[in-house]
Amino acid sequence: MNAPHDPSSVGAATAQKAHFSAPLRLRGGAELPGFDLAYETYGTLNAAKSNAVLVCHALNASHHVAGYYEKEKDNIGWWDNLVGPGKPLDTNRFFVIGSNYIGSCFGSTGPASINPATGKPWGADFPVVTVEDWVEAQRLLADHLGIERFAAVIGGSLGAMQALQWTLSYPERIRHSIVIAAAAKLTPQNIAFNEVARQAIMTDPDFHGGHYYDKGVVPVRGLRIARMIGHITYISGEAMSEKFGRLLRRGQPGFDFDVDFEVESYLRYQGDKFSTYFDANTYLRITKALDYFDPAADYGGDLTKALARAKAAFLVVSFKSDWRFTPARSREMVKALLDNRRIVSYLELDAPGGHDAFLLEDARYHAALRSYFANIEL
Amino acid sequence: MRPDQKAIVQWVPQGARVLDLGCGDGALLRALWQEREAPGYGVEIEDKEVLACVANDVNVLQVDLESGLSLFADGSFDCVILSETLQTIHRTEFLLREMLRVGREGIVSFPNFGHWSARLQIALGRMPVSEALPYQWYETPNVHHCTIADFEDLCRRIGIRIRERLVLHEGKPVTLLPNLLGSLAVYRCTNGSKP
Repeated sequence: MNAPHDPSSVGAATAQKAHFSAPLRLRGGAELPGFDLAYETYGTLNAAKSNAVLVCHALNASHHVAGYYEKEKDNIGWWDNLVGPGKPLDTNRFFVIGSNYIGSCFGSTGPASINPATGKPWGADFPVVTVEDWVEAQRLLADHLGIERFAAVIGGSLGAMQALQWTLSYPERIRHSIVIAAAAKLTPQNIAFNEVARQAIMTDPDFHGGHYYDKGVVPVRGLRIARMIGHITYISGEAMSEKFGRLLRRGQPGFDFDVDFEVESYLRYQGDKFSTYFDANTYLRITKALDYFDPAADYGGDLTKALARAKAAFLVVSFKSDWRFTPARSREMVKALLDNRRIVSYLELDAPGGHDAFLLEDARYHAALRSYFANIEL
Repeated sequence: MRPDQKAIVQWVPQGARVLDLGCGDGALLRALWQEREAPGYGVEIEDKEVLACVANDVNVLQVDLESGLSLFADGSFDCVILSETLQTIHRTEFLLREMLRVGREGIVSFPNFGHWSARLQIALGRMPVSEALPYQWYETPNVHHCTIADFEDLCRRIGIRIRERLVLHEGKPVTLLPNLLGSLAVYRCTNGSKP
């Protein structure tokens, strides 16, 4: 097909893969004997190599941040509304890198990859990975691409945890950290949601303790339920009411257990869709990465001490309707940064989208990011 | 910049750490950085103003002043500025105390409700509208108007020590009958207990 070219799109994107053959020691103690990291880039790295922006993705997304694939034109990058020529993160000015993480099911080495020690998929034997490990892998990618210092690292949710961790792991290698809809650690309530999702997967008879690849099955039921519970927490109650109300699919109650309410249909659809493309072992690991993230843990829970080594300037953004990662969690980070006299701006937007608001195109949100990026000197 | 802001820039020492409460579009903070090399943060609640701050490359924190300054540690600023914001605050006394908790010094400016034009309009049976008080009664964001005498009473009562006062009208200092002839008051103050 020959769709008219959209000048604000980065156009056809190409997924790339970097291979690192040196073993990677993980925070959990295990060692990965070399790995692949999938990524995409948009725009051009300038001669001074000062215009690189790393985009970190959240739970179910990938390195496909913007544009489309030549062979899959409707596969649009997850942050395409933000990244492109003339968009808030302007690829005419910045060299943007979308990085995947290890443990993913989208091209980087993960549980479905072959374990060189056995010649079989890793499955349950793939180690638990953490946000710190992901940043370490991204650091190797930065070296590979010849980038000494990022102009900015940006992410939402789990991606924002990476943007924060970058300022702690490599304070000299990041000038700006843009931390959106995030928390410096999960609350027990958040961990509880993750545990329900994990239990749904692990108790699915098709899970086989994580070694389901060679059995020709997928723990579809577990994945569906995991995704459903996730979805409930990503959108606000208000947005759900507005979107679905108590609308009945069949016009009247069925007095049975087929889909009655619109919201049930939505959740089933989202669950079904997810279970066709996402890997259960990956889901278990990313929820663990979320649970374990807590940079203050090594400092007796003192976030101010934990963030003392950060040098970057920060933009922290939260959304009032986000009840999964509430504004109060963002204010904790802002306070710790202020205590350390770091450069920080904080936006608390009254946007309706819930946790997913960071993916949506709110005019104020995008205007702020546009201005912020425009003020980053190259 | 407004006349009170020009006065404030003169009062802020070179390199001071400043916090501007109700900072609007960040113009004062920008001027303080350019003229005094004073780094700082603004606090602002309105989206439009917050976005203007980001565009002006000013550090801004979108939080509600009414809930206090819990983001800021004791004595973390040399100077906390409350420029034409006092009259919009519900919890006046609380915020003034918070201000002098986080800052060694406070600078407060407000439109003087004791100015003769306001008195005259009230005497004629109308709510005052002027350059310093530009709102109609039904659309004003202001909730707590005060006069120069009222403000100084409050400071005395809650132990705030006034270090310096500048009263202005149309940008010029007023020394004669300030509570009658001044439309804008600017104060530099500290905690009474501090030396």
